[in-house]
Amino acid sequence: MLKGRSLIEPMDLSLEELDEILDLASEIVDNPSEYSDVCKGKILATLFYEPSTRTRLSFEAAMLRLGGSIMGFSSADSSSAAKGESVADTIRTIACYADIAAMRHPKEGAPKVASMSTDMPVINGGDGGHQHPTQTLTDLLTIKSLKGKLDNFTIGLCGDLKFGRTVHSLIKALSRYNNIKFVLISPEELRVPEYIREEILIKNGIEFKEVERLESVMEELDVLYMTRVQKERFFNEADYIRLKDSYILNMEKLEVAKKDMIIMHPLPRVNEISVEVDSDPRAAYFKQAKFGMYVRMSLIMKLLGVEK
Amino acid sequence: MLKIDSVEKGLVIDHIQAGKAMEIYKYLNLDKLDCSVAIIKNVKSKKLGKKDIIKVENNINMDLTVLGFIDPNITINVIDNDTIIDKIKLELPYEVINVVKCKNPRCITSIEQEIQHKFKLTDKEKKTYRCVYCDTAYE
Repeated sequence: MLKGRSLIEPMDLSLEELDEILDLASEIVDNPSEYSDVCKGKILATLFYEPSTRTRLSFEAAMLRLGGSIMGFSSADSSSAAKGESVADTIRTIACYADIAAMRHPKEGAPKVASMSTDMPVINGGDGGHQHPTQTLTDLLTIKSLKGKLDNFTIGLCGDLKFGRTVHSLIKALSRYNNIKFVLISPEELRVPEYIREEILIKNGIEFKEVERLESVMEELDVLYMTRVQKERFFNEADYIRLKDSYILNMEKLEVAKKDMIIMHPLPRVNEISVEVDSDPRAAYFKQAKFGMYVRMSLIMKLLGVEK
Repeated sequence: MLKIDSVEKGLVIDHIQAGKAMEIYKYLNLDKLDCSVAIIKNVKSKKLGKKDIIKVENNINMDLTVLGFIDPNITINVIDNDTIIDKIKLELPYEVINVVKCKNPRCITSIEQEIQHKFKLTDKEKKTYRCVYCDTAYE
């Protein structure tokens, strides 16, 4: 039962619940007009303590396309946090006005604190370098829709695997499906954190390898997931400048890739995928953004307990 | 040698690492007890060389689970009528609250003082505890 629950990390959902959300999302993709007023009278609060145009607008578009209303703030400066209000107090207040909330916060665990302080469903819209479960739902819906399955494939994750929360959430979620091989492509400094390697991959006996060069593994991949090296996740500028251009995907590198491979990216992209790749049929990252809206529509409906 | 009376009824918390008795005193909230409590520091020990001991009179129903987190080598004897009636075996607690702090500078607990510092046991074999908010391991 998803009604009334919060979504803080992908593992909050059982495989059955994940399927339930993805199945409804697929139905919405096929017949969006049938869902255009199922959330009439409901309010989504978007509580964004740090800027994220894309995720916030995706949540807001999702609620608006369900016929609901939205309210919220898009930076900590324009909220009571600037006056020193705690996350717990903010969410208790917002719960008086809204039916469901999506929260992004620079500090890890802030949405968890929020969800522990209210009965209103709270969706984690990204907490620091930690978790980003709706991006994971987006990624799963994209793979399921474009590859037709969520098992038996090899996925390459490339770029910033240390601070990239989308990668951590995706590995956790995919680790529960059968026979998925992970190829982790990053500079040594930006490898996946030890807890992902030890407690998710090794503990569950999942096949994975860590490599430094994208070219060396390109032909093995069914899915290539590119990530941005994010400046705000570094403690100093020198490390950022040294590493940011390490992993750039272009047509030359794609020559040896499978013809039906899909290229994903959580966006925004900076320069890690050349613009020339956009017109390649394997490029899936803009479709992915649309799937993101549909899966958030599905999630909002499920957590609110709303039906068609 | 310093002599401390034996406990007729109560608890003897033994084999505490030398110098750690005051920490244990704090974690178990022994300052809130009305009964006699003796802290014995730097006692000669065959096993440890030196050790600390805490003796608590009369009170035998304390929550001692936190000791499993702090030091599982600690032994606890329950005394009644001058005899040991039980030896409590320490286990790793499932959860520890406000015993240690999360050291991740990105964790929400680093900026909000009122939040409990809560850790959960995520790997029993490796004795790994992780912050419930940010998943950072306690080391």
